[in-house]
Amino acid sequence: MPVLLPASLPEAFDALAADPAAQLLAGGTDFMVEANAGHRRPGSVVSLTRVKELRGFRLDGQSVVIGAGLTYTEMMEPGFAELVPGLAQAARTVGSPQIRNAGTIGGNLATASPAGDTLPILAALDADVTVASSPRERRTVKLAELITGPKRHTLEPGEIILDVRVPARAGRQEFLKVGTRNAMVIAVASVAVVVDFAGRSVRVALGSVGPTVIRAHEAEHEAARLIDWDSNRLVGSLDGWGDFDDLVRAAARPIDDHRSTAAFRRHAAAICAKRALERIVDGRGSEAA
Amino acid sequence: MTEGTVDAVAGGVAMPEHVSYTLRVNGREHRVSEAALTESLLYVLRERLDLKGAKGACEQGECGSCSVLLDGLLECSCTVLAAAAAGREITTVEGLTPEDGSLTDLQDAFVAEGAVQCGFCTPGLIVALSDLLRRNPAASELEVREAISGNLCRCTGYGRILAAVQAVQEARSA
Ligand SMILES: Cc1cc2nc3c(=O)[nH]c(=O)nc-3n(C[C@H](O)[C@H](O)[C@H](O)COP(=O)(O)OP(=O)(O)OC[C@H]3O[C@@H](n4cnc5c(N)ncnc54)[C@H](O)[C@@H]3O)c2cc1C
Ligand code: FES
Ligand code: FES
Repeated sequence: MPVLLPASLPEAFDALAADPAAQLLAGGTDFMVEANAGHRRPGSVVSLTRVKELRGFRLDGQSVVIGAGLTYTEMMEPGFAELVPGLAQAARTVGSPQIRNAGTIGGNLATASPAGDTLPILAALDADVTVASSPRERRTVKLAELITGPKRHTLEPGEIILDVRVPARAGRQEFLKVGTRNAMVIAVASVAVVVDFAGRSVRVALGSVGPTVIRAHEAEHEAARLIDWDSNRLVGSLDGWGDFDDLVRAAARPIDDHRSTAAFRRHAAAICAKRALERIVDGRGSEAA
Repeated sequence: MTEGTVDAVAGGVAMPEHVSYTLRVNGREHRVSEAALTESLLYVLRERLDLKGAKGACEQGECGSCSVLLDGLLECSCTVLAAAAAGREITTVEGLTPEDGSLTDLQDAFVAEGAVQCGFCTPGLIVALSDLLRRNPAASELEVREAISGNLCRCTGYGRILAAVQAVQEARSA
């Protein structure tokens, strides 16, 4: 059966067990671009679009469990945006309405592009990804274990990404992306910043400036030092950012390519990180309600 | 054949990379036989079902000239695997126009306002904007611009398109 359209997860696992070489298809926005260009020639396909367990999202205690099939359009809806505002912001920058209606978070993870727009905020939220090859064989991995390089991931053949787990309403979040226009653009550099006022921590993740998303740990410590956690304000003035942007610049490992130079990418990442932190600390960040 | 699968039998011999399935387009069922596995919905609409409304240009989701509705959601038909669209409700620009061959108010406004120049982008824009005006009849100019940010037009500079949308909004709310 070259194209299977399972309606449930057990059916999808059965299909893969019967045909381990079958390729998974979700929204098709990466898959079909490759197929149309002749770069992808599947012998058989298992479409996940109808698998009900992969759709939607749910609250589980303090966590949001995001089904791999959640589309960008769905991430932008208020009920989701209020739980993970940074991901809603990132979703809004993806492609076009057409792409956002089709493309999914699971497809973005499996494509493992350094420019994948969901990845910085997922890294900043320290997301757990659950993958499975049968109803019983599930494993949960960190983003850095799942995505190991440009277009490189550690999914085994026959493994399906089931869901992504992030904390609900985790502090204030910002996602900023630089490209050549507002719509339909692959990031030249992107940044996600999360400030957890309750946990007194700052997370900074950089996209498109390395082989995979980069957590800027030293910049995070510097930012935490610069925030007066009792008043939730900056110590000193707004331009008293210490070494924060230099540490972001140092964390970036960009390359020159047809979209940008490494130098510009490094610069853009630092400016975006500083701007995102300013927005959060002076109260203009997108706050979870 | 179990429900929800696409059957792959060609003359009784299973052909691994060929598929047969049924698509529901503009309310009618169309049988597609022995198509290549990776054919896009755009290709099948144009080349097998002779529905030439959706246009093919980039075939990578960038230009929007192939826009259709899938279960009511705007998508690029070039990034949809045709065989996986079996069982979904597909609406093309042909399905938006009245049976008698006349034009919709939005299509009329496109003509009247000069929003159709070479016309290549027009079907995709009509699908995208019909969808927008159904969901959000009073869409602001910014919302209109965002709604067509995935539809490229090389001729009009978009000003005529925005004028056509505004004319329809005014006429509908009058
Ligand atoms: C015009 C255009 C603009 C775009 N703009 C952006 C952008 O701005 N930002 C951005 O990040 N991306 C962008 N993309 C890329 C793409 O839309 C995203 O990466 C999207 O999230 C892919 O998801 P999908 O559901 O379409 O995946 P598909 O194309 O269906 O699949 C992609 C890959 O993921 C695998 N896969 C899918 N689901 C699963 C699963 N549950 N488990 C295991 N493997 C799975 C598939 O086997 C395949 O290898 C763009 C693409 C196009 C065509
Ligand atoms: S042909 Fe489908 S978007 Fe260009
Ligand atoms: S009218 Fe020619 S591309 Fe739009």
